[in-house]
Amino acid sequence: MTDLTSLTLAAARKGLADKTFTSLELTDAHLSAIEAARVLNAFVMETPDQARSMAREADARIARGDAGPLAGIPLGIKDLFATKGVRTTACSKILDNFVPTYESTVTSQLWRDGAVLLGKLNNDEFAMGSSNETSCFGPVGNPWRRDGSNATLVPGGSSGGSASAVAALLCMGATATDTGGSIRQPAAFTATVGIKPTYGRCSRWGIVAFASSLDQAGPIARSVRDAAMLLRSMAGHDPKDTTSVDIPVPDYEAAIGKSVKGMKIGIPREYRLDGMPAEIEKLWSAGADWLRSAGAELVEVSLPHTKYALPAYYIVAPAEASSNLARYDGVRYGLREQGRNIIELYENTRAEGFGAEVKRRVMIGTYVLSAGYYDAYYLRAQKVRTLIKKDFEDCFTKGVDAILTPATPSAAFGIGEKGGADPVEMYLNDIFTVTVNMAGLPGIAVPAGKDAQGLPLGLQLIGRPFDEETLFSLGEVIEQAAGRFRPARWW
Amino acid sequence: MSVDATTVRRIAHLARIAVSEDEVPHLQGELNAMLAFVEQLSEVNVEGVEPMTSVTPMQMKKRQDVVTDGGIADDIVANAPATEGHFFQVPKVVE
Repeated sequence: MTDLTSLTLAAARKGLADKTFTSLELTDAHLSAIEAARVLNAFVMETPDQARSMAREADARIARGDAGPLAGIPLGIKDLFATKGVRTTACSKILDNFVPTYESTVTSQLWRDGAVLLGKLNNDEFAMGSSNETSCFGPVGNPWRRDGSNATLVPGGSSGGSASAVAALLCMGATATDTGGSIRQPAAFTATVGIKPTYGRCSRWGIVAFASSLDQAGPIARSVRDAAMLLRSMAGHDPKDTTSVDIPVPDYEAAIGKSVKGMKIGIPREYRLDGMPAEIEKLWSAGADWLRSAGAELVEVSLPHTKYALPAYYIVAPAEASSNLARYDGVRYGLREQGRNIIELYENTRAEGFGAEVKRRVMIGTYVLSAGYYDAYYLRAQKVRTLIKKDFEDCFTKGVDAILTPATPSAAFGIGEKGGADPVEMYLNDIFTVTVNMAGLPGIAVPAGKDAQGLPLGLQLIGRPFDEETLFSLGEVIEQAAGRFRPARWW
Repeated sequence: MSVDATTVRRIAHLARIAVSEDEVPHLQGELNAMLAFVEQLSEVNVEGVEPMTSVTPMQMKKRQDVVTDGGIADDIVANAPATEGHFFQVPKVVE
C-alpha cells in the first residue's frame, strides 16, 4: 500500500469509498507522522484517542453507506477554534487550561460531514503575528529549508501550525483563520493552498476573536481541489453570527477544471514594489502567462490606496483587539494572578498572561480609541478603508473577474530574523494580503514556484465578494501549470 | 504624533496591563514606531468619505427577542479560576 499520508484529500476520499483502506488506517498513519514530527512543534495538543474513535465512527458510517463528504478524513484544527472538551488556548498563556464546553460552528460542520480531529495546531498568540513566533508554545518549524542549509525557517503566521502540518503531511487539511494574511502568507511559505473566503462566508462563532470586522476562517490544504472540498463544509450561514451571510454554499469542487476562457484578470500596478525580489516579479509574470494560455485576458488595473491598507489595518485591527481581549480578566476563565484589589488582579493577570506582541497591540488599540484620539486615528482609518474597498469595486465594475498578485514580498525567513528591533518590519509581510481583509474580499494563495534557494513562493488571486468559485477555477489553472511542491523530509 | 513615558503608563492602565518602570522606555519606542508607521494616513484626502461600518453589503439579521439558551450555569463557571457554587469569586470590590 502507498504511504497513506502522501495522498491528497480527494484521493483519500476515493480510497475510503472504494474500501482500499479504512479511516482508522488513514488516521493511524497520520498519528504516526505527527509523532515523528514533534520537532516541528506544529501540534500543541494531540488527540489520538478521540481521533481513533472518530475514525471508527466514520468507518461505520461509510460501511452503512451514509458517509458525509469528509467522512474519515483526518484534519488538524488551529487552536483558535473552540473544540468541546479539548483544550483551546489561542496559544496564549492567558487562556491557561481553558476547556470549552461548546464547539465552534466551523468545526462542528466538519464533524457533521465526517471529518476526524487529530489535534490542535500551533499559531501566533491570538493570531497576532506573521511567523508563528509569538505562540506561548514556542515557534513552529517550516518543513522547507534553504538548499544546503540546516537552519530552521518560520512557516509564516499566524496559521503557522496549520501550514506546517499540511506541508509536512501530518494532516490531510487544516482549519485556519485570516485577519490580515494569516491563511495566505503561511500557505505561500509552505507550498500549500490557503483560501480566505469573503467576510461573512464562514461563521465566526466559537473562534477566538482577534479583530471581528476582519477575521475569517478558511482551510489550508494540499491542493486547490482539497481546499474547495474543505471550504464547502466550513462555510454556511449561522444564526449565532449575525455577520454570517444567509446565501447558499455552492459546490466549490464543481468550479475546479471549469474553463477560465474570456475571464478578465487584473494586474495591479501598485503591487510592483521597489526592491521586490526579481524572482517574485518573474513568478508573477509566469502566473499571468499561465492564465493567458488558459484563455484569460490580462489587464493592468490600479488600486491607488494600496499603500495605505497596512497602516489603516494597524489602527483598525489593534482597536478591535483591545476591545475583544478585554474579556481576559482572570475572573471567568483562564489564568489569574492575584492582586490587592480587583484592578490589580486584572492588571497582574493581563501582564502575566499576554505576550509582548499582544500587549503592544492592545495598548495601541487602547490609545487610538481613547478620548481625543478617536477621530484622528480610528475614524480616519475607517474612512481610508472605505477608499480601499472602493478601489476594488471600481476594478470589478470595469469587468475584472479577479486580480493576480504575489502572495508575499519574500520567501520564508529564519526564526528570530525579523521584527526584533522594529515591529513594523514583521508587519510588512502582509503587504499584499491585508488589502483583501480590509475590503472583505476572498483571496486564495496557490504555490507557484521556488526561489533561488529552493524555497516555495505563492501567487494570490483576489475575487469579487462571494465569488470563491472563480478563485478555485483560476487557482486550479496555476496549480496545473506550476505543479505541486513537497519538502524533502528532514525531521 | 508620539507618546511620552507618562502617556505609556496611562495607556497601560487604561488597558489594564501592569507595566514595570523598566518596561516603559521599550514600550514607548515600539508604540512610537507603530504610530510613525500609521502617520502616513494623514496624507490621504478623506473629505466627504463615509467611515466603513460594514464590509459586506448586507442587512444584518435580527433574531426574535426570546430566550434561546440558559440553564448552563455549570458550564459557565467550569473554567473559572475561583468560584463558590455558581458564583465567580473576586477580591472585595465594595467596602
